[in-house]
Amino acid sequence: METTPEIALALLAQMKRIRMVEEAIADRYPEGRMRCPTHLSIGQEAPAAVLGSLLRMDDLVVSSHRAHAHYLAKGGSLRALIAELYGKETGCSRGRGGSMHLVDIDAGFMGSTAIVANSIPVGAGLGLALRMRHSENIACIFLGDGAVEEGVFYETANFAVLRRLPVVFICENNGYSVYSPLSVRQPENRELSSLAAAIGLRSGCVDSVDVLALHAQVAERMRAAREECLPAFIEIKTFRWREHCGPNHDDDLGYRDARLVDYWHAHDPLRLLQERLLDERCITSVGLATMERGIRDEIEDAFRFAEDSPFPDPDTLAEGVYRADDSVGIPWVGN
Amino acid sequence: MGRELNFCEAVNEALATAMTVDPDVICFGLGVGDPKNIFGTTLGLKERFGPDRVFDMPTSENAMTGIAVGASLLGLRPVMVHQRTDFFLLALDQLVNNAAKWHYMFGGGRAAGITIRLITGQGWGQGPTHSQNLHAWFAHIPGLKVVMPTNPYDAKGLLLASIFDPNPVVFIEHRWLHGSRAQVPDSPYRIPFGQAKELLAGQDLTIVATSYLTLEAWHAARFLRDQGISVSVIDLRSIKPLDRETIFRSVQTTGRLLVLDSAHLTGSVAGEIIALVASNLFAGLKQAPERMTFPDAPSPASPALTRNYYPRAPDIAAKVGEMLGRDVNPGALAAQCKFPHDVPGDWFNGPF
Repeated sequence: METTPEIALALLAQMKRIRMVEEAIADRYPEGRMRCPTHLSIGQEAPAAVLGSLLRMDDLVVSSHRAHAHYLAKGGSLRALIAELYGKETGCSRGRGGSMHLVDIDAGFMGSTAIVANSIPVGAGLGLALRMRHSENIACIFLGDGAVEEGVFYETANFAVLRRLPVVFICENNGYSVYSPLSVRQPENRELSSLAAAIGLRSGCVDSVDVLALHAQVAERMRAAREECLPAFIEIKTFRWREHCGPNHDDDLGYRDARLVDYWHAHDPLRLLQERLLDERCITSVGLATMERGIRDEIEDAFRFAEDSPFPDPDTLAEGVYRADDSVGIPWVGN
Repeated sequence: MGRELNFCEAVNEALATAMTVDPDVICFGLGVGDPKNIFGTTLGLKERFGPDRVFDMPTSENAMTGIAVGASLLGLRPVMVHQRTDFFLLALDQLVNNAAKWHYMFGGGRAAGITIRLITGQGWGQGPTHSQNLHAWFAHIPGLKVVMPTNPYDAKGLLLASIFDPNPVVFIEHRWLHGSRAQVPDSPYRIPFGQAKELLAGQDLTIVATSYLTLEAWHAARFLRDQGISVSVIDLRSIKPLDRETIFRSVQTTGRLLVLDSAHLTGSVAGEIIALVASNLFAGLKQAPERMTFPDAPSPASPALTRNYYPRAPDIAAKVGEMLGRDVNPGALAAQCKFPHDVPGDWFNGPF
C-alpha cells in the first residue's frame, strides 16, 4: 500500500492525538483523581498509529498494560478512556478495570490486560474463531519486548504457525522491562525477531523513527499476513519517554544511557513526521494549528465528560461477577 | 428412555450432544483423538464432528487456555480437558487472571464461557503431582464455577450445563468414578449448579460430601443404618455455587455435621462449610462439627503410605460412631472390601 499524503496526514493527526491525550493525563495525574496505575505511550505513538491506519474497523486487537495508544488508534472512545481512568461508571470498563483493562468491542478493541504476555493467547483464540468462521479479518496482538521472555508467547506463536491463524504479533521493543534493559534479559546481539522467525512466524524488525517508512513496511507485512494467511511477527523499535508507570520523566535515575535518551529525543518520530509534512507542504502551519485545536477540544470534552460522570454505585460491587444469560434449549431437571 | 452407562460414556454422550446441538462447541486437549481418547470420554468425536472442532493440541496448557478464552469471546464454547488436574497448574494465569475476571473487569461485556475438564487421580502410586485435589483453589476465585459430579447421571447433566454456561466452569472428574455405572436418559438434560442432592435422609447426623467421597459416605451410611444409626448423606455436586440451604435444612434436623473433603485440611472447602454452619446454625448444633480430609502432606506414591491417607467408608463409619458415642465395629465394614485400598475396584489395573 502506498503511503499517500492523506494517509501521512492521518498518521500525523493520530500520533498527535495520542501524544496530547497522554500529556494531558500526565499533567492532570497529580490532581489525584485518576487513581490507578497508568502506563503512558508518549514516544511510542508511531506503532499504534500505523497499525490503526492499516487495520480494518472489524479487525480485532488485544493489548497489554501500555494500551492507551492502541485503544485510541483502533477507534476506542476517548471519553470512555478518560472516564475509566477516573473510575467512573461511564468508563469503557465501567470503572472495574482502570487504565490497564481497556475495551471497546464496537471498535474491535477486545481487551488489554495487565499481566505481561497474558493477552497474547487470547488474541490467538480470536484468530482461531475468525478462522473457524471463515472471516477475512485478522487479530492483532500488541506486546512489548518483555513479553517475548514469557513462555506463553512461544506456546501461542507455535500454535498460530501450526494452524496458520490470521494473527499478527506487533512487538513494540522499547528496550526496557520497567528498569531492566535487554542486556540483562537477552544475550548480546540477539534480535527478538529472530526468535519469532525460529518458531516459524514471518518475522521482521522495523524502526519507528521514519513513520512513513514504518507504515510502508508494516503495510506490506500485513498484506502478506492477510492474503496468505500466514501469521506474522513485526518487531518495531521504539522508545518510551517517561517512566514505566506514572506521569513523570525518570531519566534522573540514570538507568538509561544518556546517549540513547538524547538520540530518541533528537529523533522523535512525531516531530520528524510533522516537519517533513510541513516541508513537503502536505500541511500548513495554519492547518497544523487547526488540527491541534481540534484535538485539544476533544480532550477537554473527554475530561469534562469524565469529571461530570457518576461513580459506580457501591451497591453494584458484586454485580457482573457472573453472566446470567442462557441461550440453549436443553431442558433443566430438578432433583 | 434410559440405559446404563459408565461415567466416561456419560461424559462422551454429553460432549456429543453439545456438539450436535451447537456448532460453536469445540473440544480439545492433550490426548483428544488419540487411541485412548481421554479414558474414552472423547471417543468418536473427531470422526463425527471433524478435526476443526475436535483436536489434539501442543503441550501448551497455558496458551491453549488463553486461546479458549479468546475463542469464547467470539461465541465459541470451548471444552478443554486435562488428564490430570496437576498439569493444568501451568494454565493458572489464563484461568485466574483472564477467564475468571473477563466479564467483571471489562464492565460486563463479553464473558469467557469455557469449560475445563480436570481429572483427579488417586492411589496406584499417582503420587504428589498426579493426584492433587485443588477445588478449593478454584472455588476461591470469583468468576469461576466449580462442579464435582459423583455419578454418570449427574456427569451428563452437569457437563451439558457447564458447556452452555456463559461463564468459565471447572468440571472435576475423579478418576475413580470413571468406572461407576448408572441409568442415564438418552435425551439431553441439564442439572442446575448449586443444587445438592440428599442421597439418604437421616435423623442422627448429616454427612456432606462431594465427588468420590460421596460413594464412601454412602457405603458408611448403609452400614450404619443396619446398626440403627440414621445418617443423611448430601452430595453437593457443585461447590461454587454452594447449596447452603440443603446443608442447613439437614443440619437443622440432625444437629450434627460431618464434612468429607478430598483435599488437604487447611483452607479446605470443608472448613468453609463448617464455618457457614457454625455462623448460621450455632444454637441448633448438638456438638461441634467435624471434618475428614486428607492430611496436610502431599499424597505419597507408596501404597504403604497411602493406606491412611484417604478417608474410606470404615473410617467414616468409625468417625460417625465416635461423634455419636457408639461402638460401630468398622472392622466389619473394612472386611467387606475385596480389593486393595489403592484402587477403586476390580476394573482398575493402572497405570493411571
